[in-house]
Amino acid sequence: MLFKDKDKQDRLAAAVGKAVQTPAAEIAGRSPWADARVRFLRNKAAVFSLGLLAFITLCCVAGPWLLPHAFDAADWDAMSLPPTLKNAHFFGTDESGRDLLVRSLVGGRVSLLVGFLATLSAVTLGIVWGATAGFLGGKVDAFMMRIVDMMYAVPYLLIAILMVTILGRAFYLVVITITVFSWMDMARVVRGQTLSLRSREFIEAARALGVPTRRIIFQHIVPNLLGIVVIYTTVTVPTVILVESVLSFLGLGIQEPMTSWGVLIHDGASVMEVSSWMLLFPAGLLSLTLYCFNYIGDGLRDALDPKER
Amino acid sequence: MWSYTFRRILATIPTLLAVVTVCYLLLHGTPGGPFDEERKVSAAVLANLQAKYHLDLPLWQQYLYYLNSLLHGDLGASFRYADWSVNELVAKALPVSAAIGGSAILISLFVGVFLGTMAALRQNSAVDYFVMLLGNAGHVFPSFVIGPVLILVFAVWLKVAPAGGWDDFSPRFMVLPMLLLIFINVATIGRVMRGSLIEVMHSNFIRTARAKGLPMRTIILRHALRPALLPVVSVMGPLAITSITSAIVTESVFSLPGIGKLIVNGAANRDYTLVLGLVVLVTVIAVTLNLLVDLAYALLDPKIRY
Repeated sequence: MLFKDKDKQDRLAAAVGKAVQTPAAEIAGRSPWADARVRFLRNKAAVFSLGLLAFITLCCVAGPWLLPHAFDAADWDAMSLPPTLKNAHFFGTDESGRDLLVRSLVGGRVSLLVGFLATLSAVTLGIVWGATAGFLGGKVDAFMMRIVDMMYAVPYLLIAILMVTILGRAFYLVVITITVFSWMDMARVVRGQTLSLRSREFIEAARALGVPTRRIIFQHIVPNLLGIVVIYTTVTVPTVILVESVLSFLGLGIQEPMTSWGVLIHDGASVMEVSSWMLLFPAGLLSLTLYCFNYIGDGLRDALDPKER
Repeated sequence: MWSYTFRRILATIPTLLAVVTVCYLLLHGTPGGPFDEERKVSAAVLANLQAKYHLDLPLWQQYLYYLNSLLHGDLGASFRYADWSVNELVAKALPVSAAIGGSAILISLFVGVFLGTMAALRQNSAVDYFVMLLGNAGHVFPSFVIGPVLILVFAVWLKVAPAGGWDDFSPRFMVLPMLLLIFINVATIGRVMRGSLIEVMHSNFIRTARAKGLPMRTIILRHALRPALLPVVSVMGPLAITSITSAIVTESVFSLPGIGKLIVNGAANRDYTLVLGLVVLVTVIAVTLNLLVDLAYALLDPKIRY
């Protein structure tokens, strides 16, 4: 590695790229992001997971419209049916004749939506919290991080249970409850990164040149945080989906007639002696999704981790 | 060390206080009181009842009363289970959770360290692949998926263990829940132990020990194991929290009459005081476990001396 800070390296690379491009466009300038993309694409497991996840998401979004059944419609001719081609019940049906494939896909919509929304809010909260603590430093930082430590020591599922008991189980309340216990990792990471960035030469140089603070933050700090934020966002999504599923599995999350993977696994577990497919299909879908997110996270970490450069 | 212990214990107080306060305020914000029944009691009786339970006082005084009773180990009365105090319910449920959770974590500590060590010493062997597979599986399959699958395989298909239930600490009913908890814990412990021992085995002092001609057995037992155990100890804190989560799921899956089941039932019945009491209790347990882990870490790591 030639230069200590990516920014300088980046600008230099861009300059070299431009200089070289004019005579013969043989060596193009590569941004760190382009580098990362190449490294990510080289990781077969991660690319495969990304494709699979895109496929699952697409099925969840579009599938229920394309299939001939509604997720809450009972088919009285086909109750507790194992997976079959009859009436297009490819995943079978539950004890009231509702099509399991459509239910799994609709449940996937809810699980993925909760995962997406809760991650979005948790990541936003974490970034703001961590960046504020890291940037301000001193007593404020110590106090804010103490709160993060405290949140870690608390058995979050219990408080989540208490919150849904008291506040209720509406969709947005489930999202809020999950958010409250999912932002700390991001806050910690962002704070650490901000702290180390704050004292770097290129920030000092920008300050000495009289660049306004706002511009320093958006031009120099935020782009350097982006990599680690992307990594931790991908890691947060599966944990968030997991918490939603646990709550729903315990009967304290998403409520009937709406459904989610956790609800379906719960329903499946209660009838698995006679209809094991009711458990195995939603459980398989959830596990597959978690698997994908884990491998994408690993791939992104390898591709973007600043320590690797 | 003593002053560190003392300071570390003091540091847990704000955490506990914060949890109790937030939960208490959450609870207080809910509409309805314990005496809002279908059949209204007369105003005078209501006033008397409220005075008896200090419900007529301002919030901060009620809160202080609550803290006071907590300090005396009184978790309050249940809203739903008539004639039961939370303490009595806990006294019945805690031994069940402790027996299963405690023994499961001890067994998984031994199994996990053993498997991790074997995997690290014989990289790319069958044991190694097994530990890696287990670690990945523990990541991908959540406890509420593995639990029902265990029941499906061992209780429904093979019929070697009961599908759930409890019979006064009969081992038959404890096997499957413990298997589930051990699986989850070993997945983490084994992976961490494997990674850290591989790193330690590549360090300079191990090379020196080898150069001296020490037998492999001595190198591992006397020199490598202790530093390699440090990451395992530090992961035990988060693992304690995860164990509590998986205990709640486990007790639900196998219908065990433990603390987790009590909490879920309490939440489903909207038994606020019961849930609050249990949350406070389990938080105390979790914070204490974290404290013990930290102290063990300080004791094991020669680099940390307070």
